[in-house]
Amino acid sequence: LNLKISALQFTRDVKSGNISAEDFVAKTMEQIQNVDDKLHAFLSLNDKAIDQAREIDKKIKSGQKIGQCVGMPISIKDNICIKDTKTTCASKMLENFIAPYDATVITKLRQEDAIFVGKVNLDEFAMGLSTEFSAYGPSKNPWNTDYVPGGSSGGSAVSVSAFECIASLGSDTGGSVRNPASFCSTVGYKPTYGLVSRYGLISYANSIEQIGPLTRTVEDAAFMLNLISGLDPNDDTTVDNNNKDYLKDINFGIEGKKIGIIKEMIGEGIDPSVLSATKEAISKLEGLGATCEEISLDMIKYSVAAYYTITATEAGSNLARYDNLRYGYNFPVEGYEFNSYIEKARKKFGPEVTRRMILGGFVPSAGHAGKYFLKALKVKSKLNRQINDAFKKFDLLISPTVPILPFKIGEKINDPVALFLVDINTVTANLTGKPAISTPFAISNGLPIGIQLIANSMDDKLLLQAAYALEKTVKLPEVPI
Amino acid sequence: LTKIGLEIHSQLTKLESKLFCPCKANYREFEPNTNICPICMGLPGSLPRLNQKAVEKATMIAMELNCTTPEKIAFFRKNYFYPDLPKNFQITQLNIYGDTSVGGKGIVMVGEKKIRITRIQLEEDPGRLIYEGNSEKNLVTLVDYNRAGTPLVEIVTEPDFENPKEVREFLNILSSLLENLGVSDPSLEGAMRADANVSIEGGNKVEIKNIGSFHDLEKAVHFEITRQQSLHSRDIPIIQETRHWDDKRKITISSRSKEEDLDYRYFLEGDIPWIRIGNKVKEKLKSEMPESISSKKQRYVSKYNIPVQVADVLSSDKFYSDLFEEAHTKENAKEVANIITTDLMGLVDTREKRESSKLTSSHLKDIADSIQSGKIARNSAKNALNEIVKNGKKLSDIISELDLGNVSDELELSKIIESVISEEPQAVEQAKSNPQTINYLVGKVMQKTKGKADPKLTLDLLKNKIL
Repeated sequence: LNLKISALQFTRDVKSGNISAEDFVAKTMEQIQNVDDKLHAFLSLNDKAIDQAREIDKKIKSGQKIGQCVGMPISIKDNICIKDTKTTCASKMLENFIAPYDATVITKLRQEDAIFVGKVNLDEFAMGLSTEFSAYGPSKNPWNTDYVPGGSSGGSAVSVSAFECIASLGSDTGGSVRNPASFCSTVGYKPTYGLVSRYGLISYANSIEQIGPLTRTVEDAAFMLNLISGLDPNDDTTVDNNNKDYLKDINFGIEGKKIGIIKEMIGEGIDPSVLSATKEAISKLEGLGATCEEISLDMIKYSVAAYYTITATEAGSNLARYDNLRYGYNFPVEGYEFNSYIEKARKKFGPEVTRRMILGGFVPSAGHAGKYFLKALKVKSKLNRQINDAFKKFDLLISPTVPILPFKIGEKINDPVALFLVDINTVTANLTGKPAISTPFAISNGLPIGIQLIANSMDDKLLLQAAYALEKTVKLPEVPI
Repeated sequence: LTKIGLEIHSQLTKLESKLFCPCKANYREFEPNTNICPICMGLPGSLPRLNQKAVEKATMIAMELNCTTPEKIAFFRKNYFYPDLPKNFQITQLNIYGDTSVGGKGIVMVGEKKIRITRIQLEEDPGRLIYEGNSEKNLVTLVDYNRAGTPLVEIVTEPDFENPKEVREFLNILSSLLENLGVSDPSLEGAMRADANVSIEGGNKVEIKNIGSFHDLEKAVHFEITRQQSLHSRDIPIIQETRHWDDKRKITISSRSKEEDLDYRYFLEGDIPWIRIGNKVKEKLKSEMPESISSKKQRYVSKYNIPVQVADVLSSDKFYSDLFEEAHTKENAKEVANIITTDLMGLVDTREKRESSKLTSSHLKDIADSIQSGKIARNSAKNALNEIVKNGKKLSDIISELDLGNVSDELELSKIIESVISEEPQAVEQAKSNPQTINYLVGKVMQKTKGKADPKLTLDLLKNKIL
């Protein structure tokens, strides 16, 4: 029984009777038992997973209608609600929060007979890019456990990379799916804003974040998108994709496509090995018939500042509800005056969340909004204009997903500003709502490098076709686990 | 010069569901915290789901108040911590980044006076706080979230009022108008609340918050003007502050809170995309709007020749005008209007009485037709109406049960007239010399028949016998 197979291979094997869902899920749970002490991808496990897989096998045997996932083990970032399951956002603040409902993506995957093996680690409330800000301790990079797995969906990337599941759902606010995917050598895909319902995703910066899959292959990412995308009456920001099949024609190729190389994303501070990998990726794409040309989007130099200003503002508002009055952790309210209670109750947030709360109280405040928040919105709209202009000329844009290699745990945690700069290549897609994907491309000194492709809004199919073509050009070593 | 401006909060009580979730907009019949869901409780991961009907109704209100209505509207977050606010922010509207609220500037005529509307915004109502303990020291605060997320329209006026009377007249017009639109039932407890800004010549502006009904609003404004005038007359400066209306003691109290210093950090609510309300939509809404009060009034006067005062009363109360619309025919319109405004009004003057009333429009039609055909006298009609409101029986049944039918049988009436003539020889003599005084004898006949004699027939018979 090979845990390393892709999602599509799994569905074929189960459907053909080659393997049983129960065996595969049991083996997966065993793998989690074996490796997760070391990797710490999971925050909680589903103890009914094997039973659920058995039920699916029964359904298949008795010839009942079966969902497209046929018992596939999937991990879920712990900021996405699964009914009757603890959803902590890796925060002590939600230590005891048991979601009373399913997120829309969970409902959809449940209908397709997916099995949720467990909830995976993240930076507290998805604020971070290394999982070091998880209140329950960091996850470790399977390629080298001294190194961070990236974040904030670090647990998702680790669990896919270390065969603790076949696919995972993460969320991407400024690169939180793509960054750990790049660091752990998995595919990480952020769809166009609005393509996937956010209902049940615990908001960090709601105007720019999306749920996205982390998978072994680009095909698997397309498969997942087929299952989770589309209009949702519970999320007014969702858009209709007319049930587009993203898997169909995924091998269409990229001949004749024009690809822009974003100058600002291969500039100062880039690791030489990342730069050379990017150049190699470009020449491979050219080899497949694409034409690549450099383009400058100068607003990118303000993008990280704008990103932190906007996300802090929204986070300050989104996280205001955590006053522990209705749910949260064990701290009785009796005997307190309201303001003194919430002041005490909200001390449970970790350092990074607290930092961003303080920033979020300041940048949009009267007297400062003009200098910070409104300026950030201006950058956002100018960046939008620039990237839309770029897409008049180009079909796709390319860059390394992260300009540097994975770093050691603890190496940058006391230097928030250095961590912020790791975001430079990923935040643009969030600020502009564009779809972007990170594909494993190289291994340098035993550490993964991912390549990012960005497409225009609703061009997700084209994006996946291009990523598929690029993926086919590389053969990477197996994760040393 | 006294200046008064109002901020009126009216719940859209006639909507089916809350502003952002499927819970009931009418939360009043629920046990505490049972009309709630993940959305109105602001649970982690929940998102607002805009009730399109609320946008439509609020737009109708804006049109009815002659407000400008923008092409696109947006929602904003007003951030502050309060236990009645599940998300610790309120989703509301704002005009500081361009006109993006459902309604912009408008005008309402109060008699000859123009009251300018500043804006109208759609927002969510918070939950309800119930304080247990005494007023000096609240020991416990209970929270009921049943109301959280109820659609609320905030109507802001310019400081155009000069006295409490104008305020009252405006409120009467406004509540009639909201009721007529079918968006709100102003008589429901807590459905209408208000804040008022009051300043007198030479003084600062004082904001009065937390006024729970229109009735109290007038009182609060009156109290505040008197308070400010008495300070002024003693040369005590009137400080700019926020005061609360204490509805038990009927006074305003300085709130000493830091509320006015709060920075709400308003920003766009990204979970609700901008809503386009184009001309087509506006036209459609206009066509769906019920006839306005002023147009109704005009129609009653010009089409049915109903006196202006009667038409005024009839048109401005939806309960009465609905009854009138269903009961009237071209022939009986005046009579129906008359019955409603003279006899019915006293019987159904409260919400409770209206709810328990068994009267239908067909009852009303029967009564008016019977008066016109002479089957029943006005006086008896009033008695019948009283019975019908109580038990809803058919008019014909009540007439026979209570023997209310007119005495229109000539023979029977003649007998009664004969007896009156023999009992009142003096009056008969007088009538012979001065025919005007015959009315006294008609009155006597009425007395004997308890008002059931057909007046016209009685007069004819009397004339025949005496003159």
